[in-house]
Amino acid sequence: MLEINNLAVGLEEEDKQILKGVDLKIGAGEVHAIMGPNGSGKSTLSYVLSGKDGYEVTGGSATLNGEELLGMEPEERAAAGLFLAFQYPVEIPGVGNMTFLRTAVNAQRKARGEDELSAGEFLKVIRAKAKDLEIDADMLKRPVNVGFSGGEKKRNEILQMAMLEPKMCILDETDSGLDVDAMKLVSHGVNALRDEGRSFLVITHYQRLLDHIKPDVVHIMANGKIIKSGGPELALEVENNGYADLLAEVA
Amino acid sequence: MGAADIQTGAPVLDGLQVTDTGWAQDARTSALARLRDMGLPTKRDEYWKYTDPATLTAADAPSAALFEPGEALLFDDVDRLKIVFVDGVFDAEASDDFSLENVEISRLADTANADIHWAKSLYGVLELNGQTPVKRPLAAMNTAMATDGILLRVTGKVSKPVSLIYRHKSEVSDAILHHVIKVEAGGDITVTENGPAAARFNKVMEVDIADGAAFHHVRAQGRDHERRAATHMFARLGAESTFKSFTLTANGVLTRNECVIELTGDDATASVAGAAVGDGVFHHDDTVFITHDALNCESRQVFKKVLRNGAVGVFQGKILVKEGAQKTDGYQISQSLLLDEDSQFLAKPELEIYADDVACSHGSTSGAIDEDALFYLQSRGVPLKQAQDLLVLAFLAEALEEVESEELSEAIRARLEDWLSRRSA
Repeated sequence: MLEINNLAVGLEEEDKQILKGVDLKIGAGEVHAIMGPNGSGKSTLSYVLSGKDGYEVTGGSATLNGEELLGMEPEERAAAGLFLAFQYPVEIPGVGNMTFLRTAVNAQRKARGEDELSAGEFLKVIRAKAKDLEIDADMLKRPVNVGFSGGEKKRNEILQMAMLEPKMCILDETDSGLDVDAMKLVSHGVNALRDEGRSFLVITHYQRLLDHIKPDVVHIMANGKIIKSGGPELALEVENNGYADLLAEVA
Repeated sequence: MGAADIQTGAPVLDGLQVTDTGWAQDARTSALARLRDMGLPTKRDEYWKYTDPATLTAADAPSAALFEPGEALLFDDVDRLKIVFVDGVFDAEASDDFSLENVEISRLADTANADIHWAKSLYGVLELNGQTPVKRPLAAMNTAMATDGILLRVTGKVSKPVSLIYRHKSEVSDAILHHVIKVEAGGDITVTENGPAAARFNKVMEVDIADGAAFHHVRAQGRDHERRAATHMFARLGAESTFKSFTLTANGVLTRNECVIELTGDDATASVAGAAVGDGVFHHDDTVFITHDALNCESRQVFKKVLRNGAVGVFQGKILVKEGAQKTDGYQISQSLLLDEDSQFLAKPELEIYADDVACSHGSTSGAIDEDALFYLQSRGVPLKQAQDLLVLAFLAEALEEVESEELSEAIRARLEDWLSRRSA
């Protein structure tokens, strides 16, 4: 599904290298988690994969089902099946949530040569999916993320994911700012989307999210590299001992 | 005598003469006297600091190429009573009959020879009120020289909009129109205006809104790239009355829209809003002066401008709260979205308050498209151009929301979408 080879990335505006040769291979239907201390490059990886400005790729490659992602526009990556659930979902005053979702769904369908959904068809689909995530009609009508609580914003991210049905989902600290109940709700939404043809990359600081979204593989990232990979037990080790031991091991 | 005969400067002002007409003659004569007294505006005037009036006061109207937009005029699908002016000249053939329940419609030109007319108590009167504390010479010139316009007396709720349509067919036309609208107690009317009007257009609209009456105004200034316009709206509001005015401006080399509102009765509400989209040689000036002179009144000013390729936007907005105008609620926002670094927005928001129990807020911002929002939309698969358009429309939405009629607001929104779709990313 997603294959990252020796990816090196710096900042565009300053001479600073953030990713220093990341290798990662996620098979179809797999759930991988990346953990790591602050500043290790986890969020940068998610932004670079989704095409945010401000980064300069200095080496390596990232392919989604064999297609090179790094030269594509963000919307092309989305149409190819990539989805990033933002750590801080952006508020967009003046754009209704429903309008936004329908525009996005239809833009992707159009890019893939599929027919656009009519307003009626769209409404039917979104109502069912919103209900599962306890998103009410009011939240769909309001401007995108404006005045949403932290939990509402994250649920809205998962709703977008459910509507867009991407192949490769990246969740960037989706657990940040969530209370226990909200985390369960969001995790439930994610688990409902788990499928043989869909893979996940879950970026998190805490092991507790991984109790709800069970990963197949856990990677530890530090200083712009993946320094260790293992099973779910690796997350528990971090939870218990912190990163210090792991960092020392590599050094 | 039309504005084409007017030369800049005192010697020519001296040569102006008022046409010998009936009931309006006194108003015209005194307007001419105050115009001579004030002189024509120049760029040295504080009130014209950001907008050079030279081409508005020049002897001849600079010619303006005709523009065929290749689309129906705005509001063509709306059921309305049409009154058409071509280069400032009434077009009877293209206009509907002046018969509509609850509104008495006449032309200034038709009634000119009568000795008495209801409009006598308003013609040039609200304009004169609006000359203090800031002088507005182009409005005085309009009162003195206008020979045509529409006079509306509204006595009840009018079932459909009265639509003033301004066509532009001569490259050198220089039009002056003066409209007077009196909304009697219990009256409720929507007046729309649209079209480029002329190469140069000087228009005054005086609106007197009685207690409990409502006046809605929705305007779209034509897209002719080279046209110029100086317009004045003078409104006086009685108790519990409503005034709402919205203007869409897309293109036009020079536009100065002044709106002077006086809230004279308690519990009145005034809203003046504008959405301007300018590309290239475009100078758009909204100058607003709202006076609160009664208890518990609300006023709103919502102006949004989207500018690119060197377009210039100006906003001068003032809220004056007079002594005793307690519980005033004044809101003013002026914002520009600059799509490139060549464009400019100049704003002068002002508050002057002599009452101690009021809530007035004002804000003015200028900025580029929110890159984070843009990336967010793109990351969901929305192509860059479409994402930009969505954000531009979202930016303008607050001004558009001031339009009460959903039908008119939808028509404007559709027009804005067309404007956006014509430009490249």
